[in-house]
Amino acid sequence: MTVGLFIPCYVNQFYPSAAIATLQLLQKLGVKVVYPPRQTCCGQPMANSGFEHLTQECNNLFLENFAEFDYIVAPSASCVLHVKDHLHSTEDPAKAERVRSKTYELVEFLTDVLKVDKLAARFPHKVGIHQSCHGLRGLHLAQMSELNAAPFSKPVRLLHMVDGLELVTLERPDECCGFGGTFCVAEEAVSVKMGKDRVSDHLRHGAEYITSVDLSCLMHMEGILQRNKSAVKAVHIAEILNATR
Amino acid sequence: MEKVEKDHAALAEEFIKDEERVDWHDGALWWIRQKRDMAAKNIPEWEALREAASQIKNNVLSNLHDYLLEFEANVTKNGIKVHWAADAEEHNAIVYSILKEKGIEQMVKSKSMLTEECHLNEYLIERGIDVINSDLGEYIQQLDNEPPSHIVLPCIHKRKEEIGEIFHEHLGTEKGVSDPTTLTRFARRHLRNVFVTRRAALTGVNFAVAATGEYVVCTNEGNADMGAHLSEVQIASMGIEKIIPQKKHLGIFLRLLARSATGQPITIYSSHFKKPREGQEMHLILVDMGRSRQLGRPDFRDSLKCIRCGSCMNTCPVYRKSGGLSYHNTVAGPIGAILAPNLDMRKHADLPFASTLCGSCSNVCPVKINIHEQLYKWRQVIVQEGYAANTKVLGIKAMAWTLSSPTSYSTIGKAGRWVLNNIPFAVNNKFNPWYRQRDMPDSPKESFGEWYAKNEKK
Ligand code: SF4
Repeated sequence: MTVGLFIPCYVNQFYPSAAIATLQLLQKLGVKVVYPPRQTCCGQPMANSGFEHLTQECNNLFLENFAEFDYIVAPSASCVLHVKDHLHSTEDPAKAERVRSKTYELVEFLTDVLKVDKLAARFPHKVGIHQSCHGLRGLHLAQMSELNAAPFSKPVRLLHMVDGLELVTLERPDECCGFGGTFCVAEEAVSVKMGKDRVSDHLRHGAEYITSVDLSCLMHMEGILQRNKSAVKAVHIAEILNATR
Repeated sequence: MEKVEKDHAALAEEFIKDEERVDWHDGALWWIRQKRDMAAKNIPEWEALREAASQIKNNVLSNLHDYLLEFEANVTKNGIKVHWAADAEEHNAIVYSILKEKGIEQMVKSKSMLTEECHLNEYLIERGIDVINSDLGEYIQQLDNEPPSHIVLPCIHKRKEEIGEIFHEHLGTEKGVSDPTTLTRFARRHLRNVFVTRRAALTGVNFAVAATGEYVVCTNEGNADMGAHLSEVQIASMGIEKIIPQKKHLGIFLRLLARSATGQPITIYSSHFKKPREGQEMHLILVDMGRSRQLGRPDFRDSLKCIRCGSCMNTCPVYRKSGGLSYHNTVAGPIGAILAPNLDMRKHADLPFASTLCGSCSNVCPVKINIHEQLYKWRQVIVQEGYAANTKVLGIKAMAWTLSSPTSYSTIGKAGRWVLNNIPFAVNNKFNPWYRQRDMPDSPKESFGEWYAKNEKK
């Protein structure tokens, strides 16, 4: 099995440590991982802003880079959801369809494909989990509070395998943080207020770290934490699952 | 259509300035969302009910023409006069002509978002008719000369002190009185006088049964009944999508509506109206107002399933933080943002963007409307139709160009990080909407791509 590592544009530029953790974690679990160097972006920022018609080149590039792999894995639920929902090709629709169905968010891949049931990880801290909406309601990584259905959570299951980690309970377990792609600048006031409230739920419950399957949400909350000189840190779930300290 | 001076983002920014109010508004609506969760979770078959309701509405929308004719025939048989209105103008003219014919100059109205859409009150007041909203929340909004900010809780954005102030100014209550019970009692007494003196009453319609020609009006205050029973002329205004095929379907919708709206098992008054009592006249106005146009848009057709429970608003974090009036449309929140562009795409081009697409709305919706997916689709339509701001078009085009080419992307990415590392003030200034209240991410020395090339590639 060869996995194509998809590192979304902003993760590549701003959060290489999360990308490295993703790579190392997969390697530790015995997976052969290849990073195609000519990748850029899934096209989501354009599409969610109403410019889906400008994403064809991004789509083509994505197909060029990833079509050959058995699986494509990325540490970003939001980008994966976009690929799954919207990646298309006018020339070869079947190819796009194949790629869509082979693309996985990291936690989903660990749980559903690798069926990981133990991890050699240690992270002795109090952690709050931010359920990214795209991971939660889009990829269905956990049960959402709106539905009348049995609870489950793929990220929480994995975090429970980490030695020393203590999950904090939040008042609003699956509220959106307000990032929302270009929403974060187009609707700056609402976005920031949502982010502040989301962060304070974690702070009130004693989290030392806020983690998530989405770096975009984390980037937004980190920006707010840092502006308020908070000691609480945002960290991608791959870095926790790969941690040994 | 009137011009909107400010878009959602600007109106929201104003609302958010009073952070204490926002926290309280957010908390009140979240509390209702929790009550809704509890009520929904107490019914094991909740998800099956949602599915059934959604399918019934599918059937209705696919056969709307036939159901409407069936309904009209039965309503007429029951002795109610039926009118058809294509738009607000026609609807308002019909109401006015009914009143004029009877020489009636005063009317009491229970809650109807449709008449808000039609701006009926303004229309009638201009023509010398005195109209009073009898729903307490709407009454308060009317006194304050503001439209409702929520379809179920019209004045949820106002604090009790502000309501006390409004009552003091308009109804002469004592200054400083803000106790909700005292104020409600006072309003009730005042409205009771209105009820007994009005000869005409108008209600909305929650559900209209095609097979029997009856309609159901749900209120918690009993104000629709009070108005209707005391009046000699009773008018009901309904959007053409309110039809359900048979009486037995009511059980599904009534169970869903109140639980979704407020967490109650059922609305306090679910009143059935079928035929006029002796000496009374009843009129029913079937209003299109863009609904048949929306029915013809396959991507947005399902928005007509909406039963106006308001739960998508209560769950929407954007609505909770920005307040209903920031949507500058009769129906606010996620569903309003789908309905509004159908009515006027230019005026409401901003609304489908007033969402993070978190998807919570679609999950609470009792009739399973794929609200957030429709918001995504409206964005595409609005851009294609040329209603996006020019600056945005240029920005996104530049982004698409950069991201289409690996070379330009890595050059620009590197430049971006260099700028952040070396001259942070170039981006960390007040013209950057990210930086105003958030720090920029620390920028690493190398990208993952660069690291990988050095460390992993053999
Ligand atoms: S769209 Fe659904 S949730 Fe929103 S008001 Fe209508 S029925 Fe209720």
